[in-house]
Amino acid sequence: MTKQEFLSALGKGLSGLPQADIEERLSFYGEMIDDRMEEGLPEEEAVERIGSVEETVSQIISEIPFSKLVKEKVRPKRNWKAWEIVLLILGAPLWAPLLLAAAAVVFSMYIVLWSLIVSLWAVFVSLIAAALGGLVCGVAQLTVGNQMQGFALIGAGLFCAGASVFLFFGCKATTVEIARLTKRVALWLKKRFVKKEEA
Amino acid sequence: MDIQLKRGLLDVSVLAALRNGDSYGYKIIKDMSPYLTLSESTLYTILKRLEAADMLTVWTAEHDGRLRKYYRITDAGRRRIAEFEEDWKEMDRIYQFITREGAT
Repeated sequence: MTKQEFLSALGKGLSGLPQADIEERLSFYGEMIDDRMEEGLPEEEAVERIGSVEETVSQIISEIPFSKLVKEKVRPKRNWKAWEIVLLILGAPLWAPLLLAAAAVVFSMYIVLWSLIVSLWAVFVSLIAAALGGLVCGVAQLTVGNQMQGFALIGAGLFCAGASVFLFFGCKATTVEIARLTKRVALWLKKRFVKKEEA
Repeated sequence: MDIQLKRGLLDVSVLAALRNGDSYGYKIIKDMSPYLTLSESTLYTILKRLEAADMLTVWTAEHDGRLRKYYRITDAGRRRIAEFEEDWKEMDRIYQFITREGAT
């Protein structure tokens, strides 16, 4: 990939950012490539050292705070015309509930994911409680002479203890995986903000 | 490492790279490379942050028929390094306490 190809691909990847910001970043990366070439690296290799376009775009976007991206996106490119403002206000009964609904959907998906984690851990805790209860009651039954019930309770308690060990690793893996997933979703959302609507 | 702590350390590292004279992007990365690896986009973010905090100024000069941006540390930037060195002495005393003989 040549320097020019890299820079134009990078510019396209960042096209939702303000123009001045993009140009500054491109000249920064261009300078990096030029300096490496000046040291004797061939152009291809100097470009490779920066990393792939996709990686670079992801890294740049992940370093920009979400709030700033939204602000860039929401800020109109030109002044609002009077009729547009009137339309916006008159249309509020229509778009405000839609916007609210969209936000609620995102929020509830988030809640669903986390309640999955909470319920998994709740099962884990109840298994431990059942294990302890089974063992204690089983021993109590044995001491008063109810051998059958005693052994049955102790057996059930041990079963619960075993199951809880199994579940612990499951819970841990799920929690880590969901945390990673929410991070990925955040990056994905950010990327949607940076990408311009295809006109 | 804790992200806030690392961010602070990297800021001071970039300032330290300018302590003995103005420098430019690629040279900063090269000077740091024996000690730590900094990606281009991370360096860009740090330089922007330091510029906004008036810890460095930027000037452009022609080099070999193209423009190159140079960065110069300000007095505020030098104070930031001095502050860091003071903080680190305190950190070091705490570290000495944590790892002192017979503590384990």
